[in-house]
Amino acid sequence: MSLAVAAPDVPAVPAAAATAPAVAVAGVRFAWPGHAGFALEIERFEVAPGERLLLTGPSGSGKSTLLGLLCGIILPARGRVEVLGTDFATLSGAARDRFRAAHLGVIFQMFNLLPYLSVLDNVLLPLSFAPERRAEAGGAAAAAEARRLLARLGLEADGVARQHAARLSVGQQQRVAAARALIGAPAIVVADEPTSALDRGTQQAFLDLLFAEVARAGASLVMVSHDVTLGRRFDRVVGMDEVARVAPGGPAP
Amino acid sequence: MIVLRLALASLANRRVTALLTVLAIAVSVALLLGVEKVRQGARASFADTISGTDLIVGARSGDVQLLLYAVFRIGNATANVTWKSYEEIAARPEVAWIVPLSLGDSHRGFRVLGTTDGYFEHYRYRHGQALAFAQGRPFADLFDAVLGADVASALGYRLGDPIVVAHGLGSAGLAQHDDKPFRVAGILAKTGTPVDRTVHVSLEAIEAIHVDWRTGARVPGVGASAEEVRRMDLTPRAVTSALVGLRSRLAAFKLQRFVNEYPGEALSAILPGAALQELWDLVGVAETALGAVSVMVVATALLGMATTILATLNERRREMAILRAVGARPTHVLGLLVAEAGLLALAGAALGVVLLYAALAALRPVIDARFGLYLAIDPPGADELARLAAVVAAGLLAGIMPAWRAYRLSLADGMTVRT
Repeated sequence: MSLAVAAPDVPAVPAAAATAPAVAVAGVRFAWPGHAGFALEIERFEVAPGERLLLTGPSGSGKSTLLGLLCGIILPARGRVEVLGTDFATLSGAARDRFRAAHLGVIFQMFNLLPYLSVLDNVLLPLSFAPERRAEAGGAAAAAEARRLLARLGLEADGVARQHAARLSVGQQQRVAAARALIGAPAIVVADEPTSALDRGTQQAFLDLLFAEVARAGASLVMVSHDVTLGRRFDRVVGMDEVARVAPGGPAP
Repeated sequence: MIVLRLALASLANRRVTALLTVLAIAVSVALLLGVEKVRQGARASFADTISGTDLIVGARSGDVQLLLYAVFRIGNATANVTWKSYEEIAARPEVAWIVPLSLGDSHRGFRVLGTTDGYFEHYRYRHGQALAFAQGRPFADLFDAVLGADVASALGYRLGDPIVVAHGLGSAGLAQHDDKPFRVAGILAKTGTPVDRTVHVSLEAIEAIHVDWRTGARVPGVGASAEEVRRMDLTPRAVTSALVGLRSRLAAFKLQRFVNEYPGEALSAILPGAALQELWDLVGVAETALGAVSVMVVATALLGMATTILATLNERRREMAILRAVGARPTHVLGLLVAEAGLLALAGAALGVVLLYAALAALRPVIDARFGLYLAIDPPGADELARLAAVVAAGLLAGIMPAWRAYRLSLADGMTVRT
């Protein structure tokens, strides 16, 4: 099954974005509806274009919530979240979804893939929601680009691309997820503890491949991890306690 | 398009559950269409049973009752028509032909009909088709019998075989007219009507086997042999009813009024089409109830489908989060679930049609033989297609409930499954 292009009218990235931070968060407060005990407050947080940033912090420190804000899936009650110079608050929900499809690649901790799609279709999935990203990936030749990415990530065996994603090992699945996040050269790759389910050896190999491909694409990498020992591989390591404060939930004061 | 492809792949991944759901819908759809098919088949069979007869005359009773016993061999007459009255009606100038019917006896569960050769000449069924002889010929001898196709095949009779008529209706414990056996002189071709399940004898033969009977029992000591009765005057005293063909249909109401106002005895003349319509009005309630039950069965299957989709939602929240992360909108999530429901309903409807036609092909001969109900196997008509479309539409509607839940969850979860 090949997945087709579907979404039109992706919000354009402002020209000034080339010099602006890839991510700029300022004066943000966010509380999950119905979760009275949790609200995240971020005074200032920025990621430079092409920067590799590691966010560390314990569970409950708001790492995943911050990633949700960066991806435009959730909106803060107050403050501003700008990605590539675009303030998410100025976009409609549909436009934010299209923006995310076009400019962001996401890797989860585990269970990254749709089990009922083949490896190739999983990699091509974001292109179905982002025509210009499909164009970036080679248009009709996107499948070849996906195979190239898979090969670079060590999944070159001919049968792998056509296999169902659920049949792969966890390590292989994470590499497929990386290929999906990287296809079409998104400007920002967001990774939520992508190595936590991997053993040490697989972890290193995965990060080697991820860093190489992010560098090749010139993308910014925002990765969340408990593991501070990974920090030496990043341009910058930021603890969640440095950028955000977890406050009691409820309406913004 | 992407949503449809994802829905197909998702269903293929859960193929066992999907197949069971499709099967449940298919069975309900087959039932829904089957009930309608049987309803139409029954109506067509009834309507096809009599054709070209303008009036049916019998003792005064309900129109439907007269139609049922005279044509469909269902139920009994409350009284007879005297031969004098019959002859008077037969002599009316409006009458082109008249065929007497005498009922009341049976043979091994099949009704015996006393009539004349005119029956084979004038009786018409299914768009004016005349009765045809598969073997043999009409009555040549007093004790000749002509069998309907089902009687011959069910009882294994061939031409020349002797048969004994029993007095009264039923299949056991009846007094037999065994002193005057009949001989199979003809076997009619299959008609798909009650004619197939009837033993036809001459009107005189009915009189002959009853010459030594009074009020339903043989008169002790008054035995008349078969040879003796041949020499007797066998003019019937009465008949049960009569089929009448008119020179002009315009005269139907005139003759009907004559019969209904006949001074000699209480008679009734009915128009077969009008009586049939009255019958449909009577059974309409039962048909509606049966239709409603089959609709409820479909609704239950579709609700089961919605429940199945709903039950899997929690384990699919991760899938929704992945879709959202790669740029899918909440409406894509909604569309995915609705598309899955629609595809299941569509597959169920398609399989239901296949099941129905397979069942029709397999069971039609049995239903025809046992119930005299001929069910046509023809392509789905506009009404059936509309029903199938309604099932698919209802499936889409049923899918909205879990889809809306998934939509809400995907909004709440974002990229993280929140519990």
